[in-house]
Amino acid sequence: MVLATEVVDELYRIRSERGKGFMRRVYLDHAATTAVHPQVLQTMLPYLQDQFGNPSSIYSWGREAKAAIENARAQVAALINADPAEIIFTGSGTEADNTALVGVASALGHKGRHIITSKIEHHAILHTAEDLEQKGFQVTYLPVDGDGLVDPEDLKKALTPETILVSIMFANNEIGTIEPIGQLAQIAKEHGVLFHTDAVQAVGNVPVDVKELGVDLLSLSGHKIYAPKGVGALYVRRGTKIKPFIHGGAQERKFRAGTENVPGIVGLGKAAELARLELPERRAHLIELRDYLIEGVLGSIDHVRLNGHRTCRLPGNANFSFEFVEGESLLLSLDLAGIAASSGSACTSGSLEPSHVLLAIGLPHEIAHGSLRLTLGRENTKEDIDYVLSVLPDIVNRLRAMSPLAPKGGLSCV
Amino acid sequence: MVPEVYLDNSATTRVRPEVVQAMVVVMRENYGNPSSSYRRGQAAEQAVKKARCQVAHVFRAEPKEIYFTSGGTESNNWALLGAARARSRRGKHLVTTQVEHPSVLEVFRSLEEQGFTVTYLPVDEYGIIDKEALAASLTPETILVSTMYVNNEVGSIMPLADIARLLKHKAPQALWHVDAVQGFAKLPLFPHDLGIDLVSLSGHKIQGPKGIGALFIRQGLQIPPLILGGGQEKGLRSGTENVPGIVGLGLAAALLWEEREQAAAHMATMKRRLRERVLAEIPDAHANGPQDDTGAPHILSLSFPGVKGEVLLHALEDKGILVSTGSACSSHRAANSHVLTAMKLPPALVEGALRFSLSPDNTLEEIDYTVDCLQEIVPELRRIMALNR
Repeated sequence: MVLATEVVDELYRIRSERGKGFMRRVYLDHAATTAVHPQVLQTMLPYLQDQFGNPSSIYSWGREAKAAIENARAQVAALINADPAEIIFTGSGTEADNTALVGVASALGHKGRHIITSKIEHHAILHTAEDLEQKGFQVTYLPVDGDGLVDPEDLKKALTPETILVSIMFANNEIGTIEPIGQLAQIAKEHGVLFHTDAVQAVGNVPVDVKELGVDLLSLSGHKIYAPKGVGALYVRRGTKIKPFIHGGAQERKFRAGTENVPGIVGLGKAAELARLELPERRAHLIELRDYLIEGVLGSIDHVRLNGHRTCRLPGNANFSFEFVEGESLLLSLDLAGIAASSGSACTSGSLEPSHVLLAIGLPHEIAHGSLRLTLGRENTKEDIDYVLSVLPDIVNRLRAMSPLAPKGGLSCV
Repeated sequence: MVPEVYLDNSATTRVRPEVVQAMVVVMRENYGNPSSSYRRGQAAEQAVKKARCQVAHVFRAEPKEIYFTSGGTESNNWALLGAARARSRRGKHLVTTQVEHPSVLEVFRSLEEQGFTVTYLPVDEYGIIDKEALAASLTPETILVSTMYVNNEVGSIMPLADIARLLKHKAPQALWHVDAVQGFAKLPLFPHDLGIDLVSLSGHKIQGPKGIGALFIRQGLQIPPLILGGGQEKGLRSGTENVPGIVGLGLAAALLWEEREQAAAHMATMKRRLRERVLAEIPDAHANGPQDDTGAPHILSLSFPGVKGEVLLHALEDKGILVSTGSACSSHRAANSHVLTAMKLPPALVEGALRFSLSPDNTLEEIDYTVDCLQEIVPELRRIMALNR
């Protein structure tokens, strides 16, 4: 493994050689978080300032705040083809995931104590499922294939009369693979089992239609779709048996207590509306850039593999493994070149453990360590990708040259 | 033109312009995810760290004892469920008061469903916890006591120092949680001096934003998380940090704490004027809760017998004055205030109660205007109510 300080020194040298201090900055970590859209911020501002009423207040300021929330609810509902009454605002995507699992477990625990999920879920699902195991629930973690896909046959086999909930993510946050949610939800439905999907990465990037998919519960997050951090939502199909997760006041029709984060909710609503209106262009734009990036990387660097499904993939996601390269050094080098990227999910990027997702798709530890996630967003351009393609091969080659893991005499591509 | 007189600052507050400014900067420029390792993410992490110090400073606590949440309600849920779960092997008895916020009471109800026994302590006519009842309730089985700092409806201040002594003698094993949502940064509260284990606070009650709060967890105490996932907040509160909200909360806390003495003095003056003028000028009006200046400087509950609180509220609204009948959280419910009921107020006072809650931005002119309007409205409404009977 290359020491971080050596890499830093090396890159400062490169940079000072290039001189002038000006550096292009390219943000390629949209799966971690996104910049608040200017129109979203604009829409939020009145609610951060003069229209600050508490939606539970019965005078006009309260009623106006309440109306703003209901407007946002309709906007979010429209994005996923739900009814507004089926949208519950939460403090985050993570809270929405926790609510779905814990809420169904509390409501249906007397009927059965078996839950099915997958090995590649976000930790908001996995750690909640593990906690439910400690509380006496049984959890099956379905495997995925080399592309990260869950096999519907595996789900059929895992279902038992005790099963009360299936939770499979819509699209994976690390490798971008899109799961066959409609098919999986159909199987759950045939067995009378509730189906939840963590769609935090999918909503706003690909069409999501809860009615067509037949899901009962769906989580989404604001700050992944150009809304602010600190707000998310849970879709709860009408009639779904679920208990509240946070108790207290009667907000969100007594399902989620706590004074509503009005500016955050209004921001999420606006972001959902923009996503709905701009979805076809955004998606086409991202797919074009993504494919250009993937082809460029695969074409210019050897001993690299693309992780995740080639086509059943989020429009903005590219995830590569570079042999003989340590992921953290790669990130640091890219950062010094002005490129913000991540090795796995942002939440775990501080840890030295290899990604559970990459291990689940069968990558050996040493290759899983050398992975790089580049996630594109609406403001990225072809020039951004050209810049990445102009610096990445050099960085990879330098790191490999310093790596004790690389074969002696270097690689053919160096 | 009708003036705007906002006297419902215990429901929520106007965010300070400088706080809005700081949040907008974060949203515009500094959009990293604090968990990311590149520089933009690190800048976000630095901003969070600064806010943590600002909140800790108000408590004279360590920054590592502060955990950010989505609000006071989440903090209360986490503190109580976490503490009960952490100590459930040592006992099943929990103690709280009858006048807590719904985000405390509802959690205790759900803990009752899980097999815990809860004592709901009575309060006196001023809304102050009955210390003898507290002493009598504590047993070796008591694992958790939750008492609020400032009551959100009547402004009574709970005698935390006395409670601390009682707990130390009679239930040293019990964890102690204080819901300080209404008192934080307005009145001093130093958890370490009193031996408080857990303290909840909220951003939007201190001229900070909605959607953000925090929980103080005494160093050395371990409670399980409420929200699980990516392991943010040292593994205890998952979910990408609400960086603009956190920055806003930190700044609002620092600013209010800095100004607390002038702010409290100014609010106490306004509260006194409001109480004295109403009691002197409106027949049969009644001040609920603490009768002198012992209550919180920003909350005053007044009852106007013969008038329904809600009717009076809307009549005041027509004059541009915004107040509430009880807490905002329960104001949609038809039920009468559980706080005033626990204080054993006669029904006429409970029905005719209004809460006036101040911010340092209010003025004596606004208070005088409010009393003038009450003088005009209350007799009129009483006439109409009497006719309808």
